[in-house]
Amino acid sequence: MDEIKQGLSEIECDVLVIGGGTAGPMAAYKAKRRNPKARVVLLEKANVKRSGAIAMGMDGLNNAVVPGFATPEQYTKEITIANDGICDQAPVYKYASRCFDVIQELDSFGIKFQKTENGDFDVKKVHHLGSYVLPMPNGETVKKALYRQLRREKVLISNRYMATRLLTAKDGRIAGVIAVNTRSAEFLVLRAKTVILCTGAAGRLGLPQSGYLWGTYENATNSGDGYAMAYHAGAGLANIECYQINPLIKDYNGPACAYVAGPFGAYTANSEGNRFIECDYWSGQMMQEFYNELQSGKGPVFLKLNHLHSDTVGQIEAVLHKVERPSRGRFHENRGTNYREKMIEMHISEIGLCSGHSASGVFVDEFARTTVTGLYSAGDMASVPHNYMLGAFTNGAVAGEHAVDFAAEVDVPDYDRDDVVREQERVLAPTQRDDGIPPNQLEYKARRLVNDYLQPPKVTAKMQIGQARLAEVRDDLDNAMVVRDSHELMRALEVSSILDCADMAAYASLFRTESRWGLYHNRVDYPEKNEEDWFCHSILSKRDGRMTAEKRAVEPYLVPIDESERDAYDRQRIRQHA
Amino acid sequence: MPIAYAPTTVPVVVDDVKCIADKGCTVCVDVCPLDVLRISDLTGKAYMKYDECWYCMPCETDCPTGAVTVNIPYLLR
Ligand SMILES: Cc1cc2nc3c(=O)[nH]c(=O)nc-3n(C[C@H](O)[C@H](O)[C@H](O)COP(=O)(O)OP(=O)(O)OC[C@H]3O[C@@H](n4cnc5c(N)ncnc54)[C@H](O)[C@@H]3O)c2cc1C
Ligand code: SF4
Ligand code: SF4
Repeated sequence: MDEIKQGLSEIECDVLVIGGGTAGPMAAYKAKRRNPKARVVLLEKANVKRSGAIAMGMDGLNNAVVPGFATPEQYTKEITIANDGICDQAPVYKYASRCFDVIQELDSFGIKFQKTENGDFDVKKVHHLGSYVLPMPNGETVKKALYRQLRREKVLISNRYMATRLLTAKDGRIAGVIAVNTRSAEFLVLRAKTVILCTGAAGRLGLPQSGYLWGTYENATNSGDGYAMAYHAGAGLANIECYQINPLIKDYNGPACAYVAGPFGAYTANSEGNRFIECDYWSGQMMQEFYNELQSGKGPVFLKLNHLHSDTVGQIEAVLHKVERPSRGRFHENRGTNYREKMIEMHISEIGLCSGHSASGVFVDEFARTTVTGLYSAGDMASVPHNYMLGAFTNGAVAGEHAVDFAAEVDVPDYDRDDVVREQERVLAPTQRDDGIPPNQLEYKARRLVNDYLQPPKVTAKMQIGQARLAEVRDDLDNAMVVRDSHELMRALEVSSILDCADMAAYASLFRTESRWGLYHNRVDYPEKNEEDWFCHSILSKRDGRMTAEKRAVEPYLVPIDESERDAYDRQRIRQHA
Repeated sequence: MPIAYAPTTVPVVVDDVKCIADKGCTVCVDVCPLDVLRISDLTGKAYMKYDECWYCMPCETDCPTGAVTVNIPYLLR
């Protein structure tokens, strides 16, 4: 294993799903269910059995719209406000209207959702305005249950293939993808009528404070390959400057955790043990207050549970230490920290790009279509804001169904053989050198530069220095990187995605000359929100080989937002008591 | 310029006595999302080859003999 071999094969399919984490399996499953005759392939860099954000399971649904607790209108309104108004509501509304069906379908797969003694769904309030959080008592079974369905529907699964570049036809339509086997470096060309990108967040952009490259909030396989591939294929990417930054346990990448511990009475506190934010729901505005408190004399920030009964803490531990990040208990054991005794120190995560938690993603409409014909996207990397796990499932379903219908009407487009030759040369170039810089050093440097220069508060001159320094790293990547086995080759290709994402983050951040989304786009030299000039999306894309950005109007709201409600999320800080 | 190896203590350890890779098991290698585990040519047992661990634990959870232990990487401890 791991030696570099030569090889190139080609296969053809109707629907190609890239990324078998959360959205991807659902997209493939739905496509196959809708048209059992269609050839549906699911391509995954790791192994679909245990890949993606839900590799081990999930603690609960962060954004369930359950009849009797919330309406699609209320949810759409909440997300529009949380996202500072920059929101095409159609995809959000569609998600909100469909997600309860998906909950019932997941239930039929054997995934359980918490109910009260009366048999009602036990929905909790965590958001600023409405109630949307639904715990999953057997959340560790999610991935297994999903995998069983894929087997039953006979979806073709290709594990350990990393997609590197999309193929497009002469007319710009999607034509397939080029992938590299991560254990042999052999190439696979997958020709397809439609492609659904589900490769998750760009989670390896910033460097965690610990300096450990793999200590990221996101599953570290998610290096932003989908963002890079969409960009190089000419698709538009929306609001990339609206970074993802999360509140986590200091040095441990587990959520800290509004959604689990909050409903039991835990909260985020300053060093005096006092609350300072009204609502623990993750938003840029909340993160700004978190950041302010960290920097203040009342910092750092803590997760406070030590006022709760020991049995209650036990119930919280039974979730936090078992389901989605089960190594968390070991972390606390090592440190000798116990929720019962002391508050637990928190910190903010490295920056990333993600729509699942924030709003930076490949632009999609309510059918999960990108701006490239035949190319779809769902989950963390697609631009539907704050869509979390249930959004990945629901929008994955939307994408799968639309893509398989579209595939029934078109032929497999032809592609340019030279594109494959060029891609093979690009991919293999570092394997031809005997000497040079290994990918891990390039990655460390790139991500350290992201922290030094691109992380908010964003300062224009700093970001420009960052761009120049990152260009030097790219030059090294192109001309001096050396790779010795196929595993290292995967890492090298990931560094290339990381650099693309860093370039996009800098470019988009400089484009939007205002501040918005709290900490996510806090531009120090343009400190105010500017509704007149910037109440719009920014769309970044590659034109004639160069990065460009343009404004795109926000679609007229389906659910009107009253003037008095618009800044509800700006009022996060608890008013000082006299 | 020559490449040197920087030594690190890896977070994932395998109990060679319990590991049945020599009987054909590759479960931990198969499931690891970061693909950092391998079966050693020398010992015939599983081991952590690359220090690139997300400490997510499928390797430990799915191992049929309980041979794998995931520790928190030293830099985070
Ligand atoms: C630690 C953590 C806790 C969370 N907790 C909750 C929660 O409690 N509730 C909730 O609702 N949401 C939660 N979320 C968010 C939710 O899990 C995500 O929004 C959702 O799972 C994203 O799904 P996805 O399919 O977009 O990405 P993922 O599930 O991450 O899947 C992406 C897949 O793409 C693959 N891939 C990447 N690059 C390539 C490539 N080049 N070629 C082929 N394959 C590739 C990856 O290996 C991976 O399998 C949490 C997220 C994290 C990280
Ligand atoms: S899963 Fe367990 S028994 Fe199997 S190879 Fe890995 S360590 Fe050995
Ligand atoms: S903890 Fe996760 S990343 Fe680390 S070796 Fe095990 S499966 Fe792989």
